[in-house]
Amino acid sequence: MFKAVVYVTLRESVLDPQGHAVKGALHTLGFDEVNNARIGKYMELELNTADRAQAEERVREMCEKLLANTVVEDYRFEIVEG
Amino acid sequence: MRVAVIVFPGSNADVDLYNAVEDVMGVPVDYVWHSETDLSGYDAILLPGGFSYGDYLRCGAVARFSPVMEQVVKAAEAGKLVMGICNGFQILTEVGLLPGALLRNRSLKFACKLSGLRVDNNETPFTLDYAAGEEIQIPIAHGEGNYYCDEETLAKLKANKQIVFRYNGENPNGSLDDIAGICNERGNVLGMMPHPERAVHKWMTSDDGRRMFTSILKTWREQNSVTTHA
Repeated sequence: MFKAVVYVTLRESVLDPQGHAVKGALHTLGFDEVNNARIGKYMELELNTADRAQAEERVREMCEKLLANTVVEDYRFEIVEG
Repeated sequence: MRVAVIVFPGSNADVDLYNAVEDVMGVPVDYVWHSETDLSGYDAILLPGGFSYGDYLRCGAVARFSPVMEQVVKAAEAGKLVMGICNGFQILTEVGLLPGALLRNRSLKFACKLSGLRVDNNETPFTLDYAAGEEIQIPIAHGEGNYYCDEETLAKLKANKQIVFRYNGENPNGSLDDIAGICNERGNVLGMMPHPERAVHKWMTSDDGRRMFTSILKTWREQNSVTTHA
């Protein structure tokens, strides 16, 4: 059994208004070192498979088809022992 | 002419759209559930606003895999008229019938008000009853209407006159180039964030949306050589 941990964020070229608001809030709190903030999505998928290579291939397909909209979002994922 | 209003779980502007078709076009119209796999009996297919599948993951992301969407794509490829309003627009971008994507409003606020638009292309099947550059008032109601596409796509949209509506005056969501509605290259698929179906009678504050429906009817009549006797 493996678990996929998927991160989806807006592409660098796309303005992230939520990240911008959070950066402003952090500055207000005195965390001036924050240069940039990006807000994204975190997903955990429990996979019923014993083959790591196959899991990677399938999760990539899931990201491309559904989990991310690659017009505006980037994704990355890790496959970990579940 | 027969019109389909597609209903997804979570659609909420389907009744408004159905009523607008009935009131303005006066043609047979059906609600068509998202599980339907045959749209061959319809000449125009309308995707309403709402929050299909709760907008989970992304707006339109789950709805685009509904069984009916395969048929919507087929209908579009066959040249039938397909119009997506608000959530319907988001679904049409997710399924790839229209380029780009709709992001969170730049203000992060849900925008619900009457919005000024300019008709930038009155040569589409959906807008031929408007004058070129005409300024109209249509209500908006969305939290994710901030249209985005890359520069190359924007250049194509401009070159092909695919930008059909722009916000006139205030841009309520931060959309690229003030875009409020676009069509595909062929011109038979249109998506827009504003709700023309909510502006079809004077008592609705504006009836500027009526002519989208009369345009669709006129297009169909012209394509099918139906002569009308006044």
